[in-house]
Amino acid sequence: MKANAVNLIEKEWILPGNRTCPGCALSLAYRHTLKALEGQCIVTVPASCATVLHGMYPITAVNVPCVNTPFASTGASATGLVAGLKALGRKGITVLAFAGDGGTHDIGIQSLSGAAERQIDFIYICYDNEGYMNTGNQRSGSTPLGAVSGTTPVLGKQQYQKDMTAIMEAHGLPFVATCSASYPLDLYEKVKKAKTIEGTRFIHIHTPCPPGWIFPFSDTIKFGEMAVETGLVVLYEVEDGIFRLTSASESIARKGGNLQPVREYFTSQGRFKTITEEQIDELQEWVNARWKQCLHRATNL
Amino acid sequence: MAIQRKSNMLIIDGNQAAAIAAKMSRVQVVAAYPITPQTPLTEQLSLFVEQGELKAEYVAVESEHSAMAVCTSASIVGARAFTATSSHGLAYMHEMLHWAAGARLPIVLACVNRAIGAPWNVLNDQQDSISQRDTGWIQIYCRNNQEIMDTIIQAYRIAEQVHVPVMVCYDGYILSHTEMPVDVPEQADVDRYLPPYKPHTSLDPADPKNYNLVTLANPRIGVDGKLCHGYMELRYLLQEALQNSRETILQAGREFNDIFGRDYEHMFWEDRNDDAEITIVAMGSLAMEAIVAADMLREEGIKVGVLGLRVFRPFPKSDVVQALRKSKLIVVFDKNISYGSEGATCSEIKSALYGTYINASVRNFIVGLGGRDIKARELVEATKKAIASLKETVINPDYPEWICQI
Repeated sequence: MKANAVNLIEKEWILPGNRTCPGCALSLAYRHTLKALEGQCIVTVPASCATVLHGMYPITAVNVPCVNTPFASTGASATGLVAGLKALGRKGITVLAFAGDGGTHDIGIQSLSGAAERQIDFIYICYDNEGYMNTGNQRSGSTPLGAVSGTTPVLGKQQYQKDMTAIMEAHGLPFVATCSASYPLDLYEKVKKAKTIEGTRFIHIHTPCPPGWIFPFSDTIKFGEMAVETGLVVLYEVEDGIFRLTSASESIARKGGNLQPVREYFTSQGRFKTITEEQIDELQEWVNARWKQCLHRATNL
Repeated sequence: MAIQRKSNMLIIDGNQAAAIAAKMSRVQVVAAYPITPQTPLTEQLSLFVEQGELKAEYVAVESEHSAMAVCTSASIVGARAFTATSSHGLAYMHEMLHWAAGARLPIVLACVNRAIGAPWNVLNDQQDSISQRDTGWIQIYCRNNQEIMDTIIQAYRIAEQVHVPVMVCYDGYILSHTEMPVDVPEQADVDRYLPPYKPHTSLDPADPKNYNLVTLANPRIGVDGKLCHGYMELRYLLQEALQNSRETILQAGREFNDIFGRDYEHMFWEDRNDDAEITIVAMGSLAMEAIVAADMLREEGIKVGVLGLRVFRPFPKSDVVQALRKSKLIVVFDKNISYGSEGATCSEIKSALYGTYINASVRNFIVGLGGRDIKARELVEATKKAIASLKETVINPDYPEWICQI
């Protein structure tokens, strides 16, 4: 049975009153991830907004066992948890690594790549708010072209985002998927599926960030949806090499494959205040080309 | 009471001794990255695991930073963890060394001492482990391969009792690649000496706990109304654990003697120091060379003894003061340098003597960096220079002398 708003498990593992900003998409993503795992997991978290969410000793906002680990070490920490559990003969617990885009695309890529190459049995989730938001919004390997940040203050970022999901797919993983916090049921289904698969599983979650991206706190879901409707974010999964579009991306493809233009997504966020017309056109071309590839790869249309 | 023991003498190098000791300590998770001169040790452990001689998870990580991250997470989930490295590998691990000690995880690390670049150098000195002095690890230095074997086994006893990780250091090539006789213990005796690890942490979905959260400087009240430690209190407890670990280290050494017949109930070892007017201080295998130098000086009628440092952290201040009470001159040889100051062990000795009744002169020589050969006669000449410096200014007292060709 597919998950819906009625049959979704009621129990919460992220407790109310945590320290995330209003409108934080990370809270939503983490909440549905832990629901999908029914709390039967051990989580490792590097320095990130999730560290802030976790709270300050001796009070925590999460109701699952966790270790906090240094920035570069998430993949290795997950490896250590898996190795320790195996050595002790403890079964039935999913190891979950939960890191931001800086901790995944940049400083954590080595330990993640090493663990993935070794096919260590854990789920790695990258929640991507497209910058170092915990330290007040500096550019990361996942910050989009044209975005102004603390370290691209005047010109905006001059490079494209790193396609981390493609990099992880190239490791030959049994399961990689992309999600958006605006589509929590799709996320829930993917985490549930990942739970049943053995090996390193990678899930990327697009998590809009109101203070970092500069849009109203109430518009988080709207911007997540807009990213999917414009094709800036494509929802898909690759299981044993088989590519499937899912959720809204699948619906768009089925209804003729017409994406919304990207322009409004950029002009309605403060972080793109200096983006040029040429950059928007470039990004539109990039989106079109990638969408074409996705339609070509999709096996479920 | 004489102890009846079966002897199982093998001729092995230091890395083999370390690998056998880790195996006999029944380590459950090994994570390591190859680096000269540690490599044969990690190869040997992977062989033990693949051949089924050691029931452990061997993780061939992609870096030393990850090696220690695997060890910390494996340890926090309740497994006995081991790693080994050298030089740049230890430097690369630096962040995680702090994390392991800060999280109070009883990991044991074998550091095969090697110089650090630039420029590249694969040979021995102690700059690597000395550079990690302030990470909160217990540091024990070995003088021969038997000590490597015995110290790794003891290290788990100590670490798991005081919840502080232990770094067992031994000189690259001089010990790691040099074969010498080692009495290998019986597994049953090691099991008797070292009970299975009982973790002080718990990661269980049925009883969720969150480790290493952001911790404020000041104590903070929990949801149950109980006042919990602030960051500063947690740091105090780590310092207290190291300060108080002396008794545990001595007890581990004493009980080791009871079972295996080799005495380690000491923080350092001494040679002819009882009647010595001059004491040579050195650490690791260098102290063995110092004995040869002491022989030569004694032949010339100079009363020289040797103090071989074993436990560097915690530094055994009062024991050292007691041992040096009769010395008029203390000559410290360091295979490391705190640039702009002096050798690390020399600073420790001076600091231990400050404010005591001992008014001995202390002279420091930097030797053997990057594998530079250290000859006993050079130690003899240096000691004579130190003696001469008591009467005339042949040494700048502010900085160490270097035994090199500049």
